Amino acid sequence: MNETLSCREAFTSTLLDLAKKDPSIIVLTSDAKGSSSLGPFAQELSEQFLEIGIAEQNEVGVAAGLACVGRRPFICAPASFLSARSLEQVKVDVAYSHNNVKLFGVSGGISYGPLGATHHSLHDIAVMRAFPDLEIFIPSDPVQTQALAKYLAASGAPAYVRVGKAALPALYDSEEAAFSPGKANMLRDGRDLTLIACGEPIFQCMKAAEGLERGGISVRVLDMHTLKPLDESAILSAAKETGLIITAEEHSIYGGLGAAVAQVTAASCPVTVKSLGIPDEYAVSGTTAQVFHYYGLDAEGICRTAKTCLQNQKSKEETL
Amino acid sequence: MDVKDLQRKAVTIRQDLLTLIYNGKTGHTGGDLSSADLMVALHYHIMNLRPQEPDFPERDRFILSKGHCVECYYAILADLGFFPKEELKTFSTYQSPFIGHPTNKIPGIEVNTGALGHGLSLGAGMAWGLKKSASKSRVFVVSGDGELAEGSLWEAAMFSSHYHLDNLIWIIDRNHLQISGNTEDVMSQEPLKDRMEAFGWAVREIADGNSMEQILAAMEQLPLSFGRPSAFIANTVKGKGVKEMENIAKWHHGVPDEELYASAMAQLNAARKELESHE
Repeated sequence: MNETLSCREAFTSTLLDLAKKDPSIIVLTSDAKGSSSLGPFAQELSEQFLEIGIAEQNEVGVAAGLACVGRRPFICAPASFLSARSLEQVKVDVAYSHNNVKLFGVSGGISYGPLGATHHSLHDIAVMRAFPDLEIFIPSDPVQTQALAKYLAASGAPAYVRVGKAALPALYDSEEAAFSPGKANMLRDGRDLTLIACGEPIFQCMKAAEGLERGGISVRVLDMHTLKPLDESAILSAAKETGLIITAEEHSIYGGLGAAVAQVTAASCPVTVKSLGIPDEYAVSGTTAQVFHYYGLDAEGICRTAKTCLQNQKSKEETL
Repeated sequence: MDVKDLQRKAVTIRQDLLTLIYNGKTGHTGGDLSSADLMVALHYHIMNLRPQEPDFPERDRFILSKGHCVECYYAILADLGFFPKEELKTFSTYQSPFIGHPTNKIPGIEVNTGALGHGLSLGAGMAWGLKKSASKSRVFVVSGDGELAEGSLWEAAMFSSHYHLDNLIWIIDRNHLQISGNTEDVMSQEPLKDRMEAFGWAVREIADGNSMEQILAAMEQLPLSFGRPSAFIANTVKGKGVKEMENIAKWHHGVPDEELYASAMAQLNAARKELESHE
């Protein structure tokens, strides 16, 4: 499939279809109708659309209140603000109170690259992971995002979802193949190392795997679309069967996918886990491609890291 | 219940909450006592509740946004029969569900509160949803005056008038004291009525928010104005009913010792006798 679609459009158009059949679904936004691709939803289902204005704390609290009276609220707002400005409301009113609110963070990670660190969300997975009773997802393509929207509309658990801004090609042929909650997808199998990613870096991992394969390195790629609950068995299988793991994420290297994977392997099957992401600094500004390149999150950088890690491993083995 | 019954009930609840604090060795005593009359009026007279069927859909919703004053709330819910009084003996003990702030694990409690500034948004969300469903249920939120420094409350206040939530009632326990001292020294709240009105609310001040007659008279007709949310600024006395605690900021939280507990119970027994002598 050569067509591309942003995950936010895939999500909100699926939500519109679902909401037509389920009047309990209600979408809230904080003056982000445009950036969340909610124009058609607001127009067609105005009674199920609630504009909050630029007030994220109130947005999350109101959503929790709506959940208390039997609604299924979906908040669609920029991930940077939703996951920071209203964090206490997410903790107390949503997760701790177990209110069925779905938090859909758009333009996440460094999607707003040139706008600077105020608009980046490179902390969101770390903070959300620390709240019990909150599922966390970063879908990788539009097909998976559609499947995720359907799952969320039916589930009773609060959840945080983060998507980027860019239009993406489909990675999956069908929703069935794309998404099963809490279960990582093995996009390709390999023996020498495993690349684990979610969201846009998964495309870079696939490209890197192809390049490495051409050089005789066999690579497994896992799409870890569900960050919580984490598919520990897929991680441990990768550790046992391929030895080396490299994670790639559009997030701080603290507390995100890489940290989660390393925590699993360290406890049960210690292997080298190299985390690629944004180091302990405010990210440089630029397009996604430029920023990914800068931090070695593009296919070229991932290949380079893979080769270095394999070489280090080999040297270590030779020394022993 | 008539006014006299409610006044007597408020005395009982004050004694129960003090016993809870004394035995549990923790509690936000001053605010519990200042809000006791408002809490009794709401739970025994104004709100539509069913202790034996806590989740019945037509119920009014209540949110204690000043969640630290939970001892008064627990005492009322137990007295109304939402759960056996016996269970309150575990208050503040290891693994007890009766912790120092409201949780929805307790029958009758709608939402978890305790972090200040959340209750009005929760209430506004409920009120919006109920209104859209053509429900007759109303939503009551009680805030403290120190809590009003939280900006999220004003976001919610703006939202509530924008969407004409006249099924939402916000009550401020205006005891003029917070943990560090006088509210006007810590962060001034005045002119509070003007501020609330400027946010689009219909506001009524209750000169003595510890007077059952005044509370009932003020809230007799709800909403105060059709198409607008209603707010009440109830001027209360922190520590009301125990002379050693009244208007003293340090009783924001605190546990009476044996002597003070005995004195407090005696003062409240005297207050009950005084009420009965007028019958």
